[in-house]
Amino acid sequence: MSVEVLSPGPYATVQDLGRTGYAHLGVPRSGAADPRALTLANRLVGNPEGHAGIELTLGGARLRFAAPAWIAVTGAPCPLTLSGRAAGMCAPLWAPAGAELRVGVPARGLRTYVAVRGGLAVAPVLASRSTDSLSGLGPPPLRAGDVLPVGPPGGLGPIVVDAAPYAPPPERPALRVIPGPRDDWFTPDALDLLCGAPYEVSPHSNRVGVRLRGPALARSRGGELPSEGMVAGAIQVPPDGQPIVFLADHPPTGGYPVIAVVRAADLPLAAQLRPGDTVTFRRA
Amino acid sequence: MTTPAGEGAVPIHRAGEHALLVETGGLAASHRLDALLRAERPPGVTEIVPGPATVLVVAPGADPVGLRARLSALAAAATARQEAGTAAAAPLVRVPVTFDGADLADVAALTGLGPQEVIARFCGSEFVAGWLGFAPGFAYLTGLDPALRVPRLDTPRTCVPAGAVAVAGPYAAVYPAASPGGWRLLGHTTLRVWDTGADPPALLRPGTRVRFEAAVP
Repeated sequence: MSVEVLSPGPYATVQDLGRTGYAHLGVPRSGAADPRALTLANRLVGNPEGHAGIELTLGGARLRFAAPAWIAVTGAPCPLTLSGRAAGMCAPLWAPAGAELRVGVPARGLRTYVAVRGGLAVAPVLASRSTDSLSGLGPPPLRAGDVLPVGPPGGLGPIVVDAAPYAPPPERPALRVIPGPRDDWFTPDALDLLCGAPYEVSPHSNRVGVRLRGPALARSRGGELPSEGMVAGAIQVPPDGQPIVFLADHPPTGGYPVIAVVRAADLPLAAQLRPGDTVTFRRA
Repeated sequence: MTTPAGEGAVPIHRAGEHALLVETGGLAASHRLDALLRAERPPGVTEIVPGPATVLVVAPGADPVGLRARLSALAAAATARQEAGTAAAAPLVRVPVTFDGADLADVAALTGLGPQEVIARFCGSEFVAGWLGFAPGFAYLTGLDPALRVPRLDTPRTCVPAGAVAVAGPYAAVYPAASPGGWRLLGHTTLRVWDTGADPPALLRPGTRVRFEAAVP
C-alpha cells in the first residue's frame, strides 16, 4: 500500500509527534505543528496517535491511494473531494483502490492533516519520520511524484466513530500565556503591552515560529542572555522587540529572552495562524 | 516567574506549563546538574538541556511541585561544589585535524601569531563541550586559548563542509554536517561527530572533554 503525491500544494511534509530526548544534542523536537489535529486524524482511522501523516500548508494538494484505505483529514478545514465526490473533514473516509483525494484551500487556518490507516512508513530518523525544516532531519518536503509507503493495518484498533465534532480555527484567537522565564528582562509594561493590542502574523512565519508585528516589547536591561533551552510556545523577543512564537521546529537553544510561554492547549491555535491574521494574548 | 527563593537557593523559573529553567550560574554547575538528572531521571522528564548558566528540564507528565522540590535539591548540590572544571571521569575525545583551513592565515594575522603558533596553541589546551545548538551535533567547545579569540566572519559562508574545524569568539567547533557558517576555519577532521545511525548520534555531548591534535598524514 502506498500514497502517491500528485501535487503537494504550497508546502507539505510528513509529520508524526517528533523527536523527543535529543534537545541536548541540538536536535529540534519537530513533529506536527498542530499535534491535536494529527492525533485526531490518527484516532479516526484507528491508528496510534503518533503515527506519521501528511501536514499540508494552505491545502491545495492531490493524493492518490494505490490500494483501498481508510483515511481522515483534520486541521484547517478544506473543501474535499474523494474520487470526485464531496467528502467531509474529521471523519473516516473509505478510499477505494486508485481513489484521488483533492484538498482545496482552507478559508481559515493554515495546516491540514491527512492520516492513512497504517500510517506513513517512510524511514525514521532518530525514531521519528518528521521533516524538520530547521535542521533538515527526516524526509525532504513532499514533491509531486513522491510515493509514500503505508504501514500494515494489522493489529490496529477498530474504527469506532463516524465523525468527530470540530470547530474551525477562531478568527482572532486569544492565546493564553504564562509569564517568564525571562519576563524580568523587559520593562514593567511589556507584559501588559503583549496582552493588550492585537499582533499581526507576518508572512515570514513558518514551522519554526509565528513571527508577529505589533507593539514593540522593550528590554529593561542591556547585555546578552547566555544561550538557554527553549520550549514550544516560547515567545522569544529579538532586539527589535517584535515577538516570535516558537512552533515545532524551533531551535532547542536560543539567546533571546522569552517573555512568556503559550499554554500547551493553545499551541494548536498558534500553529493555525496564517499571514495577515491577528492574534491576542492574555495571562492565564 | 521565579520561585520564591530562600537564602542561597537556586532560582528556578517556569517555562510554560511543562518545563522549569534552573539557574546554575555557570557551565560546570550546569554539567553537574545535567549529570545528576540523567542519572536519576525524575518521573516525567523528557528533556534535559544544559546551557552556559541554566538547565532546562522539560517534564510534561510530572507533578510540578514535586519536580520543583527535587530540582531545587539537586541544583543546590550541583552549585554548592566550588571546584572548577568537569569531573575527570567525563569522556575524552581526541580529534585529529588537518590544518588546511581557508582562514588559518587570517587567524594567524588577526592574532599576531604565526600559523604554527596558532596550531600549537589550539592543540595545547583541553576543551569541554559546553552545550549543543545551531545544528544537530554542533557542540560549542569551551576552553579556547584566549589568544586565539577572533570575531566571526563579516559574511558567513553559504556552505561549510562537514568536519570543518573552526573558531569564533571564545569557542571552537567541529561542523557536524555541511551547513552555512560564519566561524573561521582552521582545518578539517575525518572524525564523524554526528551520525544519525549511532546511539547516541552526537560524539560530543555536554561535558565531553576534547583535545585537537595534528592528523598524521
